[in-house]
Amino acid sequence: MLLSRCTSKNLISPKIGIKFFSAKPKRDFKDARTQPKHSQAKSSSSFMMNVFRGKLETKEVFPYPDVLHADQKELITSFVGPFEKFFLESNNPTKNDENSKIDDEVLDQLWQLGAFGIQVPEKYGGLGLSNTQYGRLCEIIGQNDLSVGITLGAHQSIGFKGILLFGNEKQKEKYLPGLASEKVYAAFALTEPSSGSDAASIRTRAVKSDDGKYYIINGSKIWISNGGIADIMTVFAQTEQIDPETGEKKDKVTAFIVERSFEGVTNGPPEKKMGIKASNTTSVYFENVKVPIENVLGEEGEGFKVAMSILNNGRFGMGATLAGTMRVCIEKAVEHATNRVQFGKKIKEYGGIQEKISQMNILQYATESMAYTISQNMDQGSKEYHLEAAISKVFASESAWYVCDEAIQILGGMGFMKEAELERVLRDLRIFRIFEGTNDILRLFVVLTGIQYAGSHLKVLQNALKNPAANFGIVSSEISKRVSKSIGLGAIDFKPFVAPELLPYSQKTAACIESFGKTIEDLLVKYGKNIVNEQYILNRLSNAAIDIYAMVVTLSRSSRAYELNLPTAQHELNLTKALCIQASNRVMDNIQSTKAKSQMELLNIMGEIAGEVYTKGGVNTTHVITNC
Amino acid sequence: MSRVLVGVKRVIDYAVKVRVKPDKTGVVTEGVKHSMNPFDEIAVEEAIKLKEKKIATEVIAVSVGPTQSQEVIRTALAMGADRGVHVEVSGKDYDLLQPIHVSKILAKLALDEKADLVILGKQAIDDDSNQTAQMTAAVLDWPQGTFCNKVEKTDAGLTITREIDGGLEVIKTKIPAVLSADLRLNTPRYATLPNIMKAKKKPLKKITPKDLGVDTAPRIEVVSVEEPPVRQAGAVVPDVDTLVGKLKEGGHI
Repeated sequence: MLLSRCTSKNLISPKIGIKFFSAKPKRDFKDARTQPKHSQAKSSSSFMMNVFRGKLETKEVFPYPDVLHADQKELITSFVGPFEKFFLESNNPTKNDENSKIDDEVLDQLWQLGAFGIQVPEKYGGLGLSNTQYGRLCEIIGQNDLSVGITLGAHQSIGFKGILLFGNEKQKEKYLPGLASEKVYAAFALTEPSSGSDAASIRTRAVKSDDGKYYIINGSKIWISNGGIADIMTVFAQTEQIDPETGEKKDKVTAFIVERSFEGVTNGPPEKKMGIKASNTTSVYFENVKVPIENVLGEEGEGFKVAMSILNNGRFGMGATLAGTMRVCIEKAVEHATNRVQFGKKIKEYGGIQEKISQMNILQYATESMAYTISQNMDQGSKEYHLEAAISKVFASESAWYVCDEAIQILGGMGFMKEAELERVLRDLRIFRIFEGTNDILRLFVVLTGIQYAGSHLKVLQNALKNPAANFGIVSSEISKRVSKSIGLGAIDFKPFVAPELLPYSQKTAACIESFGKTIEDLLVKYGKNIVNEQYILNRLSNAAIDIYAMVVTLSRSSRAYELNLPTAQHELNLTKALCIQASNRVMDNIQSTKAKSQMELLNIMGEIAGEVYTKGGVNTTHVITNC
Repeated sequence: MSRVLVGVKRVIDYAVKVRVKPDKTGVVTEGVKHSMNPFDEIAVEEAIKLKEKKIATEVIAVSVGPTQSQEVIRTALAMGADRGVHVEVSGKDYDLLQPIHVSKILAKLALDEKADLVILGKQAIDDDSNQTAQMTAAVLDWPQGTFCNKVEKTDAGLTITREIDGGLEVIKTKIPAVLSADLRLNTPRYATLPNIMKAKKKPLKKITPKDLGVDTAPRIEVVSVEEPPVRQAGAVVPDVDTLVGKLKEGGHI
């Protein structure tokens, strides 16, 4: 039996740092371990989670979500004009970039505008907008000035999001009004000199006072957005916790609300950066900072859950922001292409330019479709959007980089000049692939979380098979799901969900999902828990997962456009078709790469090359101009 | 002074490139961004300033047009106006609505609302008529202060600095009066998002010209709307002599 080969107790080792990028999988993992042996594995309503089982769970993707009521739509529409007008008339992104600072006057106007408290409930002085409405404003910010975007985002998307998500009523009453409208800036302080992607390894420590009324925090944080201007910070520190069951002492992270007014909080000078220069980035130091116990955010020892939920919750905003950035890059490229004449023709006539422009639009469409699928899922109360949010962050940041780069290419020498205002955007964009979870880590997070979920189901089946008669229900239902897969194509049918002319394209997507699920299962069987070490394979699986999500959200959104007979429906159908053709080919290639012998050979050679280079400390070849 | 009536018109946004409809009956408005006529924003700002200086006690924003006109009333309310009046005119009546109709409507409203001051933009950026303020003053038989650059309250009434060709003119007028706002009168404030939310709760009354006894039936007919002629392509000439020759040839010199 193939299945018997993965009898290790845990399919995925809990010892990897990746898990900390979401609170969710950790809990899922526990659930999988602690639940009675023969019960059903926990099922998720997340579309992407189920893709890892080769299963179509349509609830969150079809039909394309439409959560805003008419009056919510009207409200956000009435915000769009004034918000755009502010950026156009009062804010100067070039000046901000050159000064490495946003003018105080502009910041004041942003406060008046309400831009710092977009999602704070009205009773605390904010605008009380939903995630989807917030996304719409993010888009405008992304169109105009990413430095302002980071200043606003570091404040509300992560800086005080913890108070919104985990704060108790007292903490909310005390802090939110200032943060929403009274010019009190917030920051999120997690990263440390020795702790980046591996957030579990932070060294900042909080020690409880003898009387139990205070924590004393010591440590330093680096690269903190708004670090130099924030009066309120969400700070993460190690605390000693006693396991209630074993009585064992253990370091666990706790989140704190720290005021600058507590003595001992200082910051370094603003960092000099490649992009988003006008956003303030500094080190922050904590020296014997006395933090009242009331300022613990969430439960003591639950700081990771807090940190990861905050990051998770804010990611969709990045997708919306970058969809806006891409929109502007596209406008600039189109304007140039439709006016520039070379070789006697407008360059827009040339196939090479047309291909670029289309590609840029395909990526923008998919990015925007992802962002609003996730924001609306969140508004509908979905709790399991961590895979989708991570995917959208990766996809958006890489697409935006590509789109901006191609816009510069279309403008040629003009694009390289500051005046075109694209070089600043490119510099600003670079950080998006790095911060809030690097794309590399998020790729692993997506695939490992998905595999873990698929594995938990596999494990249930395994256990049930030990006594098939007693677990006939489980066995037959799990088996039947697998059998349908092994029969192959046709088990997944998008017909009820997509516009008729998209059917052939959706079939490509369906084939991808089926093949993907089957591959995951095969790889689990082949590698067992050791799959976590196969990063070459994991990255390819993750890329396949990202492409699958891109196909499905565009299939859904364009089908909605078709259903509503929107004037842009045909164009949206075309964007979707193009994406499905491209993405389905990539998915199949990536899946193939996880198994093909030639790929394994390549993988081995690559490993050897890296080894040689490490030994030499750089390029390890003999120069051509050498006397032998 | 107690009450100021301000006119706000919904027009195609100044940044939009206006396109003529293929059938030449007008310009394309569908799917095109609209906003408050910029001169009307200045008028609203001036009215709110009067209120902030406690010279006025209430600011009423009026718009004449289709349902969407309520958007610009909401903007005025978000800027600080107290309440709105939407005079609904739509379809062909609206397409052919003229300053004479609007001035009759505004005049009637000024009386009904017991306004002491009517402030309008000097002109709308869509039809550029520059007539409504003047006509409104005429219908009401009130004094008028057009192209305002500065408005000051004095005991007797208002001292108004007007923009005229080549300079400024200072006049004094009694109240009630009709003013029209020029570009340099003030810098309008933004409608902030919290104020837009608050504006949703401010009263907005909807009426029709019929309620005011004004007939808006069209008297004119649009024969044709045309794009401005496209500039002919130029040519580079090698020297001055050729240039002079070409100019002579074309009959320009």
